[in-house]
Order: sequence, then structure tokens, then C-alpha cells
Amino acid sequence: MDNSLISLFVRSIFVDNMIFAFFLGMCSYLAVSKTVKTALGLGIAVTFVLVVTLPVNYLLQTKVLGPNCLVEGVDLSFLSFILFIGVIAGIVQLVEMVVERFSPSLYASLGIFLPLIAVNCAIMGASLFMQQRIGLAPSDPKYIGSVGSAVVYALGSGIGWLLAIVALAAIREKMAYSNVPAPLRGLGITFITVGLMAMSFMCFSGLKM
Amino acid sequence: MSSKKNKEALLTPLGLNNPVTVQVLGICSALAVTAKLVPAIVMGISVTIITALSNVVISCLRKTIPLRIRIIVQLVVVAALVTIVSGVLKAFAYDISVQLSVYVGLIITNCILMGRLEAFAMQNDPWPSFLDGVGNGLGYAKILIIVAFFRELFGSGTLFATDTQPGINVLNHDFVANAGYVNNGLMLMPPMALIIVACIIWWQRAHNKDLQQK
Repeated sequence: MDNSLISLFVRSIFVDNMIFAFFLGMCSYLAVSKTVKTALGLGIAVTFVLVVTLPVNYLLQTKVLGPNCLVEGVDLSFLSFILFIGVIAGIVQLVEMVVERFSPSLYASLGIFLPLIAVNCAIMGASLFMQQRIGLAPSDPKYIGSVGSAVVYALGSGIGWLLAIVALAAIREKMAYSNVPAPLRGLGITFITVGLMAMSFMCFSGLKM
Repeated sequence: MSSKKNKEALLTPLGLNNPVTVQVLGICSALAVTAKLVPAIVMGISVTIITALSNVVISCLRKTIPLRIRIIVQLVVVAALVTIVSGVLKAFAYDISVQLSVYVGLIITNCILMGRLEAFAMQNDPWPSFLDGVGNGLGYAKILIIVAFFRELFGSGTLFATDTQPGINVLNHDFVANAGYVNNGLMLMPPMALIIVACIIWWQRAHNKDLQQK
């Protein structure tokens, strides 16, 4: 396997972690992290949708939207917001139908979260970051230059998100037994916990690969 | 036009029903763009405009949208508005739009928009929806500005600084440095945004017993 792909993978899990470095997907992260089991389900669903949507959006960006792609001298990238969100919403709908048809038990456990993934900022954010990274120099460790590296980036970001939500859910399960001051109970203490987790993840930011 | 209900739609999001600290919506961008005051203000204004306009559009269309595909319709309306705002920002405030980078595009998936569209605009007339959008946008902007104020003040010692302009110098004086004060670089890092928001929630809930969790 290519060395730069491994580097991209590890960086997107730890250094450019979706939650701790960019706060993407924070709403569902806070809402669905009460128990480890549901957190794991949502994490897997997000990773899956990321891995499916990013290559599609990569092809859209490089073959349709970029400068001089469809028509010579025309740059359609101002349409990227509408097209990306359309692709994401469409694929989420498709994934929902496929999961419902082939694995009803998984569908029942994910049911409510699946349609919500369409408006999860982690998915849209990853597409927009990828759009930025396509424009970087190929020597940059963040550069994404092929469908393969788009998949690797999606997988890494998804696993990073999964890691973050499962870790928070585990902490919150334990925290249910502790005596938190009344005004901080619930949302407040969760924010402080995430802040401390983000601080510990900052130690990865010096990672050189 | 200015009945009690309309007034409530405009004013409660600023305090007791704040989108960020009470409804827990739109946290992602609230945390990411608040290292400096100027981008935070621009972001707050953009979100206010987009929430207000998208609420009006969806409220006008609410009787014609088929229920099953309403999320996609809402997303397309919002995405079109965000594209316009992003174009305007690039034309008139290019430096700031570079600093905000992907977070302008992420207004599309900002939960405040979807939350208010689903909870309010789908059931109400355009004018109350407009007020609700403005109120929630301003409630969001308020939290952004508070967080950005503390982060910039204690992180860089300035206020209203941008890449091209130094802004107002508050703490970077010799007598402050001689007294042993150093700017806290951690304030500019992501974790402190979370902890400042936690402090705002703490303060708000300590003053409003109704919001506390049992």
C-alpha cells in the first residue's frame, strides 16, 4: 500500500479528527451519545455514508464542476453546495432503502438515525474539505488526488468520528452515577467533557508522518 | 402584525429558548469560527439572513410540499440561499470568507435551519416565520459574539483584529506584560470554545431553574 495513503488515513483519524479539530457533526454527537450501543450504530452509519458519498462527490467535483470540465472556459464550482447536498440526501435515502430491504434488524436499530445523517455536518463538511484539498499541491500530505484517496479520507474521517462518539458515550454512561452540580447537569458537563477530550486529542496535532 | 405571539417568536430565542444553549442546535459552526470576533460577527449575520429568508420561503411553500420529500426540498432552498450569501461574501469580504472557509457552506447543514424549518415554518404563516428566523439567527449570533469576545481577548489580547488590520489593542501593552500577564494561546485552540460555551450554559442554568435537568 502507498505510504501517502496510510499517512492520509492516520491523519484523518487523529490529527484532523472531525469532532475534536473541526466540530463537525456536533449536534447528533451530543444528542445520540447517551449509550454506547446507539453511539456505535450511528458511528457505523456515518462512516458508511461517508465512504459512499465522498467518491461520488469527488467524481462530481473533478469531472463535472471543476474549471474546464464540462464546457471549455466554464467553472461550475458555485453549484457545488446544491449538488453535494443533493447527492448526500439522495444516497442517504438509497442506503435507507437498501438497509431496510436486506437487513431489517440493522434498520430497526438504526431507523431514526439514518435519515438524520443527511443533515449531519460531518458528511457535508468532509465533502467541502475534500473540495479544498483537491486544489492543494500534490506534495502536501493533505492532498486528495484520486478516487482511492477520497475513499481512504472518508474511511479515516468516519472512524475518527466513530471513535469520538463511542468514547463520549462510554464516559457519559459512567457519569450518570456521579453527582454533578445541578446547573451543569446534562448539556454543560457534556461540553466540558468534550473540551477535555479535545485537549487530549491536541497532542496528536504534532504528529509527523 | 405585532401580536404577543409574534413578539415571543422574535424574543424568546435570544434568552430562554436560545438555539445554541437550550435547543442545542448549530453547535458545529458556533465553535469553529469563534477564534476571532470579526468572522464570528459575519457568520452570525449570514446565518440570521439565511434563517429568516429560508423560513419565509418554506412557509410560503408549506402547503405545496409533499411530506415525503420535504427534507430534500428544504435542503435545496437552503443550499440556494447559502450559495448566494457565499457569493456575496466572496465579492465584498474576501478575506473573511477565506477565514470562514468551509463553514459558510456548512450553514446548509446547520441544525438551526432544519430545526426551525421543521418546528416552525412548516406550520406557520410567512410573517411569524420571518420573525422566528430573525430571532433564532440573532440568538445564535449572540452566543457566537460572546464566545469570540472572550477567546480573542484572552487569546490574542486584541478585539476586532483581522488578517489585514490590527484591530483594537487591549492587553498587548508593556505594563500588562510587566505585571506578568501572557496571552493564553490555548484560548485560540478548539477545546476552549467548548469550555466557554459550557460556562455560558452553566451561568444561564444557574439563573433559570426551569432549564435545569432533574
